[in-house]
Amino acid sequence: MSAREEFVARAAKQILVFDGGYGTAIQSYKLTEADYRGLLEVTHDQKGNNDLLSITRPDIIKAIHSAYLDAGADMIETNTFSGTKISMADYGCEHLVRELNLVSAKVARECCDEAEAKDGKRRFVAGSIGPTNKTLSLSPDVNDPGYREIDFDYLKDVYREQCDALIEGGVDFLLIETIFDTLNAKCAAMAAQEAAQASGRDVPLMISMTITDMAGRNLSGHTVEAFWAAIRHVKPLTIGLNCSFGADLLRPHLAALSKQANALVMAYPNAGLPNDLAEYDELPETTAALIGQWLDDGLVNIVGGCCGTTPAHIAAIAKAVEDRAPRQIPAAPTLTTLAGLEPFVMAA
Amino acid sequence: MNISSSRFVNIGERTNVTGSAKFKKLILSGDYEAAVEVARDQVENGAQIVDINMDEGLLDAHEAMTTFIKRIAAEPDIARVPLMIDSSKWSVIEAGLKCVSGKPIVNSISMKEGEEQFLYHARLCMAYGAAAVVMAFDETGQADTKERKVEICKRAYDLLIGIGFPPEDIIFDPNIFAVATGIEEHNNYGVDFIEALKELRVLCPHAHYSGGLSNLSFSFRGNEPVRRAMHSIFLYHAIPAGLDMAIVNAGQLDIYDDIDPELRLACEDVILNRDPDATERLITLAEKYRGTDVAQEKAEAEWRGWEVKKRLEHALVKGIDAHIVDDTEEARLAIKAANGRPIEVIEGPLMDGMNVVGDLFGSGKMFLPQVVKSARVMKKAVAHLFPYIEAEKEVGAKGKGKIIMATVKGDVHDIGKNIVGVVLQCNGFEIVDLGVMVSWPDILKAANENDADMIGLSGLITPSLDEMVTVAEEMQKAGMTMPLMIGGATTSKTHTALRIEPVYSGPVIHVLDASRAVGVAGTLVSDTMADKFVADTRAEYEHIRDARAGKTAKPLATLEEARANSFEIDESLKPAPPAKPGVHVYDDWDLADLRNYIDWTPFFRAWELHGNYPAILTDPVVGESATSLFADANAMLDKIVNEKWLRAKGVAGLWPCWRDGDDVVVYCEQTEAHIRLPFLRQQIAKREGRANMCLADFVSPYGDWIGGFAVTTGHGIGTHLAQFKASIDDYSDIMLKALADRLAEAFAERMHEHVRKDLWAYAPDEQFTMEALNREEYRGIRPAPGYPACPDHSLKPILFDLLDATHKTGITLTESFAMLPTAAVSGFYFGHPQSEYFGVARIGEDQVTEYAARRDVDMATATRWLRPNLNE
Repeated sequence: MSAREEFVARAAKQILVFDGGYGTAIQSYKLTEADYRGLLEVTHDQKGNNDLLSITRPDIIKAIHSAYLDAGADMIETNTFSGTKISMADYGCEHLVRELNLVSAKVARECCDEAEAKDGKRRFVAGSIGPTNKTLSLSPDVNDPGYREIDFDYLKDVYREQCDALIEGGVDFLLIETIFDTLNAKCAAMAAQEAAQASGRDVPLMISMTITDMAGRNLSGHTVEAFWAAIRHVKPLTIGLNCSFGADLLRPHLAALSKQANALVMAYPNAGLPNDLAEYDELPETTAALIGQWLDDGLVNIVGGCCGTTPAHIAAIAKAVEDRAPRQIPAAPTLTTLAGLEPFVMAA
Repeated sequence: MNISSSRFVNIGERTNVTGSAKFKKLILSGDYEAAVEVARDQVENGAQIVDINMDEGLLDAHEAMTTFIKRIAAEPDIARVPLMIDSSKWSVIEAGLKCVSGKPIVNSISMKEGEEQFLYHARLCMAYGAAAVVMAFDETGQADTKERKVEICKRAYDLLIGIGFPPEDIIFDPNIFAVATGIEEHNNYGVDFIEALKELRVLCPHAHYSGGLSNLSFSFRGNEPVRRAMHSIFLYHAIPAGLDMAIVNAGQLDIYDDIDPELRLACEDVILNRDPDATERLITLAEKYRGTDVAQEKAEAEWRGWEVKKRLEHALVKGIDAHIVDDTEEARLAIKAANGRPIEVIEGPLMDGMNVVGDLFGSGKMFLPQVVKSARVMKKAVAHLFPYIEAEKEVGAKGKGKIIMATVKGDVHDIGKNIVGVVLQCNGFEIVDLGVMVSWPDILKAANENDADMIGLSGLITPSLDEMVTVAEEMQKAGMTMPLMIGGATTSKTHTALRIEPVYSGPVIHVLDASRAVGVAGTLVSDTMADKFVADTRAEYEHIRDARAGKTAKPLATLEEARANSFEIDESLKPAPPAKPGVHVYDDWDLADLRNYIDWTPFFRAWELHGNYPAILTDPVVGESATSLFADANAMLDKIVNEKWLRAKGVAGLWPCWRDGDDVVVYCEQTEAHIRLPFLRQQIAKREGRANMCLADFVSPYGDWIGGFAVTTGHGIGTHLAQFKASIDDYSDIMLKALADRLAEAFAERMHEHVRKDLWAYAPDEQFTMEALNREEYRGIRPAPGYPACPDHSLKPILFDLLDATHKTGITLTESFAMLPTAAVSGFYFGHPQSEYFGVARIGEDQVTEYAARRDVDMATATRWLRPNLNE
């Protein structure tokens, strides 16, 4: 069975579990710049270049992947959130983009294969594609609102390089996540589709938006409904929300998306809002209980965690979703849905 | 998300260098700052989509397109609407697509350069996620005749569907060409366009139709009054035919009724090609209007001399905001001088004006953009009044308690809620009335912000029951503890006990009618009695639940068994085909005639006076108040009839059909479509000799006829309700609503008689008294969706489509299928003499599952629709 078929079949029967945050886990190893750098010949200070650890300290990345799989995750993501030429430029590591995506995909794949060998249950690898720190929709110059640092074609090439390497490394899916700019996401999705087509493999897309204000919009100003209207043409395997805030504040926006999207819904919130010290202190049981409310309302098919969540959170979530009915995908009525920052729907 | 309520979408054309000299100048000079303001202006003026075109020889269109799109992306009040990227060069379109973050429309693609190029562009639209305007253009040229338009569009449609292009993302532009050019072949272009739409609508499901309006009146360049009239008249005829969007300048449309009748007729003759001399006549007549823009300005200045109330109305209807603050201030001072309050400016003249706007829009004589302009004028007026209203608010003086009242989302009925509100107010409660169609976040928010003591929810139609459960659930999630009162026609103590009370831990009380509301609310705010009352009610509801749980629901027949026991009609009694089949529209039925058909008993019930008319007038207990109420009602009826307060609009249709299982398959001649009406079958166990009924049983499988109708007497009610509101006259407000409801029912009765005697004419000679009619002694039935024989409200959209009811009568449906105006009735006609009313009552899961498949919806939706009939 293909990864798509098996994922869909399992999601029809149960709520699937995704992994949690990587940043907090990596921090706990208290790594030095030398750990990050390893034997690589690079110019910049590498401390904080987490993606690089897939090459220089694969043991640590493997340990985190395996901790999530042991906690009950059905799917993990590659350690490649910043694995693009644009993000790597901050560390002078543009030349390592292909290698770090390739290696990250292989590391994640190995962990999943090991877990499957233990209990016979297939695990899935989602290739993580972050938003980059550049945006197609907003001007960084307040005096020139029409200015853009990058353009669509350039960004598409950047994403394409990452997608090609992730696919070659053996990921099952491509996960475009933490989307704060809808146009970046449309661009990434186009690159991903072209990369999949070039590889000759079926590599389904997963799309996950992040909300940046309480009114339920992302940074480029789109409501979740407008976002869905703008991205649904790529026919993603999953659509959803991640990061943003905790599960409680995410609920009304998730409900709005869940009601409309005729795709599987995946959501992975933060462990609440950060405290005064910018730390996440929501307890695993609390996160799981809040996600329990989503389950009561039948909002999701796949759940996991984002910033501040740990293997303990994922274990609590895995327990909470056990034997709970997954969301039913609603039948989509034929409507013409256009969008600016807000959706515009016409009977058709 | 709201589905665009108008059938017609207005695309702004001002940001188009080929159409606007001003915009062109701004772009050519690089003044994007000012160009952005042009876009803002048209969105504020009601453009729902903004068209951007930079095709100008002197411009780098590529650069101008991308720069402009990026600039407006930074303006949330512009960027909120979808864009239409308009260019004759594909490279410019693609450059635009790379800058648009939502889902835009590409304008346009066509088969001009052959199929290969056409599909290449279409595939790119799909990849970027855009809808597309498809021009009726092929390798040999633009389509002019109806036949060519239909042929090209259909060919394009089939090609697009072949590559998986979503049909709902196709927008055909079948070319609006100039008429009245003096060339005879052009005379029929208007008709060709309209007729092509009618045919394409059937051939190309889900597609949309658009057009550039300004071409039509090209021959009258420089004569704006004639051009405006032609555009409005064209829309008036093309929209019903299927035109659902157009590139127009919203500010330059006339209201159909306001067009000089002579000009209107001449334009109509030209557009509809009704007379070979039409062009000649319009050209002659047009001279009279040339330059009348100046005269019109003079006439426009004239309204400034009217009295302030009329000026406010004029400003609202025309959307003129130039003097609104001054006029509002004048009205405020006048009301103040008469010891009135600032709020009365809103409740009186401003609401009157908005009601006129609403009525014009409801009857298709004003278009959405014009309404948006009116709303803007209204907002400005209200903003001016706000500080005065705030300053007048009394502080302190808290009454017995504060109650939030609302008719829940999806429901529009508020007579009962208003009665309860008035009664409670008279008894010292402060009421915060949130109105109708209120969603739960607004209810919870109002309760918190007002520090309310309790919430009262109301609803009349069955889907509202589910919505009330949602409100209760959300109150629970929000950690609220205040009492929740439930009322309205479909609510019941049983439903409240079974469904609402278990999901909310605060007190939940079902209130049977207005007379109990004061007692309940009073007890709930009492320090001494509240706890006991709440505990007693809780115990009572628990008892209801226990009794229900203990009582194993009576076993139901399986759907298969029920079908085997269906009702068999006597084929020999089948009524003959109708004398007048098809759809019949009645635009203004005589109210004096309808008055004779009023069934008064339910009227008294609405006022909570119980007893049958006419005996109730002499009833020892309520006789005196009933008589007095009856006198007031008739006095108001006199005014309604004589002064034409209301307008009775109705539509009735009769169609060939046959029965297929529990469905009735209706053949609609106009669209050549077969429409299925899925009915529900009783599954309760029947004693020997009694059938498990289904409405489909009354239709022959070998060919038969069925009818449908929708009637309303609600148009025009708004103006008068606002007057009552302004004079704080709740009595008249409720009276008028109740009478309008009665007249709507009377209209349904009258229409049914008309169908029996004249349209279907299976009983041309029947003679019945009113009492006999009320006792349903006639032959045939008219069951309504949402009522026992046909409990699923969601059949209404199907019925409305068959009748084209929204368009023909102005009745619209809410998301929960409630009708607006509320004084409206709709239903089906069954003519077989053995047909009779029955209640479907409880049905089994087997039928729900099968029904979901028949309706092509998921189980959750079917369960929601059928909830009141589920066996649980």
